[in-house]
Amino acid sequence: MIQKGGPIMSNNSHPAVAKPPFFTPGVIIVSIMALIGLTGIGARFLFGLGHVTNLSNQFPWGLWIGVDVACGVALAAGGFTSAFIAEILMKEDFHDIVRPALLTAMLGYTFVGLGVFVDIGRSYNIWHMLLPSMWSPNSALFEVGMCVACYITVLYIEFLPIVLERFKDRVPWPGVNGIIHFLDRIMKKVIWVFIILGVMLSCMHQSSLGALNVIAATKIHPLWWTPILPMLFLLSAFCVGLGMVIFESGISMRSFKIPYHYESPTLAKYAKILPFLLTVYFAAKLVDMLNRETWVYLVDGSFEGKMFMLEVTIGIILPFCIFISERLRNSFGWLWLAGAMVVAGVVLNRVNVFIIGVSSPYQDMTGRYSPTGWEWCVTIGCICILTLLARLIILNFPVIHALEGGHDHE
Amino acid sequence: MPTRRDFLKGLGATAAVAATAGAATVSAGGHGAHHGPEIYEESYGILTDLTKCVGCRQCEWACNEENKLHPSESIDSLEDQSVFDEFRRPDDVRYTVVNRFKGKGLGGGDMFAKVQCMHCDYPPCASACLVGALKKDPWGPVTYDAWKCIGCRYCIQACPWAVPAYEYNNRITPRVMKCTMCFSRTTTEHDPKPDIKIGNFLTPGRGLPPQEKGKPTGKAPACVTACPQEAMIFGKRSELLEIAHERIKKHPDRYIDHVLGEHEVGGTAWMYISNQPFEDIGFPKNMPDESPAALLESIQHGIFKKFAAPVMLFGACAGLMHVNGFFKHGDKDDTEGGSDHE
Repeated sequence: MIQKGGPIMSNNSHPAVAKPPFFTPGVIIVSIMALIGLTGIGARFLFGLGHVTNLSNQFPWGLWIGVDVACGVALAAGGFTSAFIAEILMKEDFHDIVRPALLTAMLGYTFVGLGVFVDIGRSYNIWHMLLPSMWSPNSALFEVGMCVACYITVLYIEFLPIVLERFKDRVPWPGVNGIIHFLDRIMKKVIWVFIILGVMLSCMHQSSLGALNVIAATKIHPLWWTPILPMLFLLSAFCVGLGMVIFESGISMRSFKIPYHYESPTLAKYAKILPFLLTVYFAAKLVDMLNRETWVYLVDGSFEGKMFMLEVTIGIILPFCIFISERLRNSFGWLWLAGAMVVAGVVLNRVNVFIIGVSSPYQDMTGRYSPTGWEWCVTIGCICILTLLARLIILNFPVIHALEGGHDHE
Repeated sequence: MPTRRDFLKGLGATAAVAATAGAATVSAGGHGAHHGPEIYEESYGILTDLTKCVGCRQCEWACNEENKLHPSESIDSLEDQSVFDEFRRPDDVRYTVVNRFKGKGLGGGDMFAKVQCMHCDYPPCASACLVGALKKDPWGPVTYDAWKCIGCRYCIQACPWAVPAYEYNNRITPRVMKCTMCFSRTTTEHDPKPDIKIGNFLTPGRGLPPQEKGKPTGKAPACVTACPQEAMIFGKRSELLEIAHERIKKHPDRYIDHVLGEHEVGGTAWMYISNQPFEDIGFPKNMPDESPAALLESIQHGIFKKFAAPVMLFGACAGLMHVNGFFKHGDKDDTEGGSDHE
């Protein structure tokens, strides 16, 4: 969209990197795990939730909601944070980051949807939440569901220009080519609406996701249960958005054998925002803890207390220390490690809020929830399918700039 | 050491902080006082006097008969005392269960406690439901409409009493199972017509719970009628509360001075009096007096009040885009466009 001073390509003087083949030994292993996950999904629909999961009347939400949905939504936050930096703040050097982040968000949310579809008991009724006659504005889950449904649509629309670019002037039928050009012109005019909608919808449902467990006031451990859960979820989504961009850039650069100097200076530059975001998130957590005097649970030797400290140390304090050091930030290894830590910290937080911090008044009798092997298989399998799809799309669509040598010079 | 209850008490103060979470427009206390679902002044309820219960389990059997649950259980199974050996909870084949607590009864005898859905006046389950499958009928019961349900189980997560159960082993049409206060028996003048027919195929054989407001027929729920000890009274909630307090006042040696359900979770239709503290006889501890649904709804409605915050965010982003030159070249150049860069 930005045509300031000629094509963006001028910013990237690096030569294009050759595309690797789709299958490598690692990809084959991931494919096998993906197949096992698909088997698990099949088993869930054939035999029912009861046979495949350890969900119970005391613990109705398990790994699939805690990881596939809650973590999935959080980790797809790179989509709206990078869109905000690159498109709304118009930071040109960040533009190369936007497409991979958009792809991750699109696939991430698709799999959040799939996770919900697999987890809910009457999957065929999932469209009910869209029916105005059943709208329930009092429900936080309704807000999450509607926003996610809208945001998935927005993400697919935002991805459309990439598809159009892939096929523009490359299809042998002039009629189709005309449609592509027509769509492309329309997209150029309206794309800004979807960019902003994406940011708006993300802020809305990232916070509402945190609101979900506010209603389970007596069941969530006081370390995590707080009325400001929505705000904490939103703040941590900002952090993990950038963290995830760094984390996945590292992975894709390694996976596609792109030299680190292609993207790492830009990432290091924007990583400077993270200490600020992490401080705000940490301050909110700290003030909340002091306000509700929950620090007593940190030192009572409980598992929850240790998990909370782990979450804060890995997810906030350690990456903060790395990000504020200019020397470490400019070394891609450290930068990636710190990004990965932010990601791990937010994953831990979501798992804590949705699984580890959840108790039941009758858990002494029923025992606590722990996921079955099948639940793990489905969760890991979904992540594997997601990465395979990402690889497939990256190899066939103009997503990563370094792999595209000058395609948009026409 | 502060307990969870202390934190719950501090909700009011922190709710205002929470409302600012979405950079929003909540005027402090503006939407804070939520009144929850509509409820009649003369709503109905049940008072269970646990000191009268002898553990005959007639109520369980009557419930199974009325609601066609657990068909394999014959009336003879009521003789079987071994069920009391373990602590039971309502599950997907029992809307209600009676538990025995040895030595906790009057005079050191056994004590029995029946549990079922409390039918909260401000039910968190109904507030949580994203398709409106769970509803508080203004006259008393909290009803469930299986054909609307998508099976997300948020209601089960939300219930502070940990009552609703799920048919995890039903692979096609699992339902949330909980006491309906014998809706079809106790309620009249409702319109069971569904909005969309296709649901009928998906939830066969159960009949459709009504979605219109009902009125009490005057008939008591099956368990109340079945009780040979008359341990339960069905009637107007306000009158039941009077009776409960009267009994406690008359027999201070027989009852503890606490009506469970008078205030808990914003008040419940089903209430209890007992000679034992309720947490000792299988009821959850530290129940807040305010419904957790009230807090969540005030936060959510605060953030999204009149949709002002999202619209403002949209406007701010558009302004930023304009200032930063997003629209400058887009129209006159006919080079490239796209979601990102070209």
